[in-house]
Amino acid sequence: MSRTTTPEMAQQARIVLVLQQLRDPGFWADWTAVVALVLLVIVFGIASPTFLSWGNVQAILVAAAILVMLSVGQAYVIMTAGIDLSVASVLTLGSVVLGQTINRGWGIALACVLAVIASTLVGLINGLVIAKGKITDFIVTLGTLSAAAGAALVLSNGEPVTVTSVFLLRLATGSLGPIPYFVIIAAVVAIVGHIVLFHTRFGTHLLATGGEPEAARAMGIDTDRVKIAAYVISGFLAGLASILLTARIGAAEPAANTTFLLNSVAAVVLGGVSLFGGRGTVVGPVVGALLLTALVNGLTLLSVPVFYQPLAVGIIVVLAALLMRYQR
Amino acid sequence: MNPTDPLTPPPADKPTSPALSKDTSNGATAPSASDVLLLVDNVSKWFGAVHAVTDVSIWARSGEITAIVGDNGAGKSTLIKCISGVHTPTSGQIMFGGEPARFSSPEDARRAGIETVYQTLALVDDLTIWQNMFLNRERVKRFGPLSFLDRGVMQRESSNMLSRLQVNIPTINARVRRMSGGQRQAIAISRAASWGSRLVIMDEPTAALGVRETARVEELILRLRADGMAVLIISHNFDQVMRLSNQVWVMRSGRLVGGRRTNETSGTELVAMITGATEEQIAREE
Repeated sequence: MSRTTTPEMAQQARIVLVLQQLRDPGFWADWTAVVALVLLVIVFGIASPTFLSWGNVQAILVAAAILVMLSVGQAYVIMTAGIDLSVASVLTLGSVVLGQTINRGWGIALACVLAVIASTLVGLINGLVIAKGKITDFIVTLGTLSAAAGAALVLSNGEPVTVTSVFLLRLATGSLGPIPYFVIIAAVVAIVGHIVLFHTRFGTHLLATGGEPEAARAMGIDTDRVKIAAYVISGFLAGLASILLTARIGAAEPAANTTFLLNSVAAVVLGGVSLFGGRGTVVGPVVGALLLTALVNGLTLLSVPVFYQPLAVGIIVVLAALLMRYQR
Repeated sequence: MNPTDPLTPPPADKPTSPALSKDTSNGATAPSASDVLLLVDNVSKWFGAVHAVTDVSIWARSGEITAIVGDNGAGKSTLIKCISGVHTPTSGQIMFGGEPARFSSPEDARRAGIETVYQTLALVDDLTIWQNMFLNRERVKRFGPLSFLDRGVMQRESSNMLSRLQVNIPTINARVRRMSGGQRQAIAISRAASWGSRLVIMDEPTAALGVRETARVEELILRLRADGMAVLIISHNFDQVMRLSNQVWVMRSGRLVGGRRTNETSGTELVAMITGATEEQIAREE
């Protein structure tokens, strides 16, 4: 067929393909997060007039920024058929490193750099032990989850410290025109994440490594290196996110943020990334993160008691997982 | 030639060009140096105490299909893994294109022009056809220090590769998961036949296929031969070996039993060589 294809035929084929996709439950499974987000916006938009106000939309986007960044990193790891349970602890560790460094008067620039380095280092350790030590990702990152949280407690002596920095204050409250800095940073991470996944050799190798490691190795791809890189990226993004977290709460707290871990995995699953690896997008997890944040925001606006929020998140994630069974 | 005594070892002339001179004792026509692309010279591969391959000498010509037959555990797969760079021979030498070839990885062999179609096909189901065709050989556009995939070029070239070998694929952008067994095999073979490869090794290329798909893949293999490529196949299917190949090498328990020009042998003789039974015994059983 490829010998005789004309542009018209190709056009027709494309239309047929789109129609087929709409009838395919797999299509809806791939786009779970988008469909759910649209539904959620409609429902909350009708139920609460303030939900769609620019101020509230801004608030949702700012609140989602940290989760978006963690979810992009988590998505990379999950696409290699792994999982990074340590992201939230690494986030805490980064924040504590930042706080302690500033409190020693070493300056904000160095503090941010050290926070990112410390987080990236944990990612590197994760990757090395998983790829070279051939130990299950689940166990290794469970270990670093505890180790990073412990390191954060040791470094801070268990005490939260207030971080006063003009730079961080501006980062948390400022905006470029109408768009808050937080949103810009998260958007840049998402866009770069998307480009790396779909427009670089590394992205293709990542999907090959997760989908069919044997085949990838047979074609000469160094799957160990790809895996290590995925965990390093996850650690790096958690480090970046730790700067935002510290700026947002104005303090470095050694307390664990387990919600971030659960929500990052939930966002990735909602975003149509296969837990078996080898397939997924960056847009999906980003929309998943927005969805989870919008859900909590909407429930709050409707004065639903806070205790119901995890319940709602849980139900949505399980429903999404059910729909994922139809994934092609 | 006495087929009842197929264990007669191949001529043990250790010098550097054994198969090139007097290989006639095991029935093979002595090849001339000019058209022999691959020459395996007294190669052994031992894994500790396990002698997987012992003193095997075979050759393969450009523009010919060379088959290796033998029972399970005869050492066929180990032998081709030595050729494709997965294993390094314990002793012996492999000449490729007239030069000694010492591959320490499949990448080395690939660079030299030896491509292998693995039994598992080494395709990634969730990637598209063109992504698979260019897996780990992606074309990129460079912008300073950054490089991005050149999707257009890869799609066009994949399409050309497949149509050159008359492989029918609905769209180059489809995921491999959606392809039938025959199509997948065709994609893997087309990929191997591209990239300026001169020798394509196939391990049981039609083992999992139906009758029609097998016919399609066989046509494809014949096209590679017509293109002047050397094809080395492992097959358990005697009809197929008789249909396709020009030269057959028979292995049993890690050793070479003998070699035949395909048009000078028969399925019965090959079975006799493989099993060590006499042709009379086989005739009686039938």
